[in-house]
Amino acid sequence: MAEMKKIATRDSYGNALIELGKEHDNLVVLDADLAAATKTGAFKKVFPERHFDCGIAEANMMCIAAGMSTAGLVPFASSFAMFAAGRAFEQVRNSIGYPHLNVKIGATHGGISVGEDGASHQCCEDFALMRSIPGMTIICPADDVEARAAVKAAYEIDGPVYLRFGRLAIPVFHNEDFDFQVGKGEILKDGTDVAIIANGLLTYEAIKAGEELEAAGINAMVINMATIKPLDEELVVEAAKKCGKVITCEEHSIIGGLGEAVCSVLSEKLPTPVRRIGVNDEFGHSGPAAALLQQFGLTSDHIVEVAKDFCGK
Amino acid sequence: MTSSEKKQLQITACKVRMGVIESTHGAKAGHPGGSLSAAEIFTYLYFKEMNIDPANPKWDGRDRFVLSKGHTAPGLYSALAQRGFFPVEDLPTLRHIDSYLQGHPNMTMVPGVDMSTGSLGQGISVAVGMAMAFKHTGKSNRVYSLLGDGELEEGQVWEACMAAAHYKLDNLCIVVDNNGLQIDGSVADVMSPYPIVGKLEAFGFEVLQIDAHDFDAIEEAFNQAKKTEGKPFAIVIKSVKGKGVSYMENEAGWHGKAPNDAEYEQAMNELKSQLAELEAM
Repeated sequence: MAEMKKIATRDSYGNALIELGKEHDNLVVLDADLAAATKTGAFKKVFPERHFDCGIAEANMMCIAAGMSTAGLVPFASSFAMFAAGRAFEQVRNSIGYPHLNVKIGATHGGISVGEDGASHQCCEDFALMRSIPGMTIICPADDVEARAAVKAAYEIDGPVYLRFGRLAIPVFHNEDFDFQVGKGEILKDGTDVAIIANGLLTYEAIKAGEELEAAGINAMVINMATIKPLDEELVVEAAKKCGKVITCEEHSIIGGLGEAVCSVLSEKLPTPVRRIGVNDEFGHSGPAAALLQQFGLTSDHIVEVAKDFCGK
Repeated sequence: MTSSEKKQLQITACKVRMGVIESTHGAKAGHPGGSLSAAEIFTYLYFKEMNIDPANPKWDGRDRFVLSKGHTAPGLYSALAQRGFFPVEDLPTLRHIDSYLQGHPNMTMVPGVDMSTGSLGQGISVAVGMAMAFKHTGKSNRVYSLLGDGELEEGQVWEACMAAAHYKLDNLCIVVDNNGLQIDGSVADVMSPYPIVGKLEAFGFEVLQIDAHDFDAIEEAFNQAKKTEGKPFAIVIKSVKGKGVSYMENEAGWHGKAPNDAEYEQAMNELKSQLAELEAM
């Protein structure tokens, strides 16, 4: 495979906000002293009057966003996933989710690919926390094109949206004309032996795994499931029916994320064996992102290994 | 204000108190103490201070009120009902399974409620966000928020205060109901928030401390708030928890307990005689 362009989806977030900001005067961006890292600093340069730093006070920031949304603005509240979903969980639940306010949460630095900062900053629980809030839309895009499209789609939704972006530069595999739809999975490769359902940076790993498995005689279906909630249940069931085996891949704890969402659907609608690839109920630690992903089994090699074992090959 | 205007406000405040008793008795639960201590504030905000339209509760141009101490919903609901946002007769359905009058304010269900609250410390931050939005869009809407003194123990309150001063929110006026009591006892004993005035001043507020039950003082404070430029305003009201019902006054036990039938009768009789006295004035 030719060398692909790599972009971190946090950069996509910052760039998409600028584009959207040009179209919509009511879009504002909030930060908690991390504008340089969440890449909203670029938005601040273009629209300084529409960028509000809330200081190191994420709980307050989420409620400020809630208040702004009731007065006609569309706030994108930005921080690291750990603090946006973790520290401010109850504010998101009570002041944004409960009244179903039009607040977008831009959570960067999701997962263990945060790298050297270590476990305190490697959020692998955000999908679980956000999934538990009624009415919350959760999107974890797979590359730059999808990330920018997801930011625009989030603006169009009238209600709370949690967007999860990464720190690590990852391959851009979508074409610019990709038609992103909230709540719809994307079949990247059709197959009949095993369905691999992934999101975020694991999606490209799943694509690579699909190609390797093909060479090994396993015909894998590969699905990009960027929207974790509402989940494309129809596609999950269809893929399970077709393949009879499902593997989920996510840069998140195997507890409460995409894997469990898929298991919930299948256990009720079409009981199917599932193997979950993710962080196995443990904390991360410091190290280079690539080495950590290797160590935690969040690579195409590991997906291939699991798929082969699953298919008895 | 004229003496007849003041008398009318006092009569309304008494009716707001009756609604608090009606609703908590009907609910067999709820928070009468802190609702009664703020009855004059609820009354003044909804009958004099705020630019609102009960016929059009979602009107963009309205001033906003965020009940940061959301547990005193009975006080807010009673004032909203008296003001015509919904029927006074609905108040006893508070907390019932088929009622829109949720235990804590819900903006999607109750006409006139500008923000869903109940988790302490969050309402003031939301009010800060509203005030920031109105400043940003150049609108003249004002934002009010009522906090409890026990609520000041929530760290988020101080994050919100910091932001209110940082963004020079002179369109924001917070009111702190200093009735001195919280669930576990005296605020000074549980976790002292004192000195309240000094803390708020240090956080960049213009602060005035007044008698919570004196409409002249309340009017003067809100007028001063409107004249203050470049900083947010805080009114600390020295109140009597349970004010107006003799056996509830200054009793922490009446923070979150409903009157039984006999207690209901006594409370209503006391308030009825207060009302008759006011009307005879």
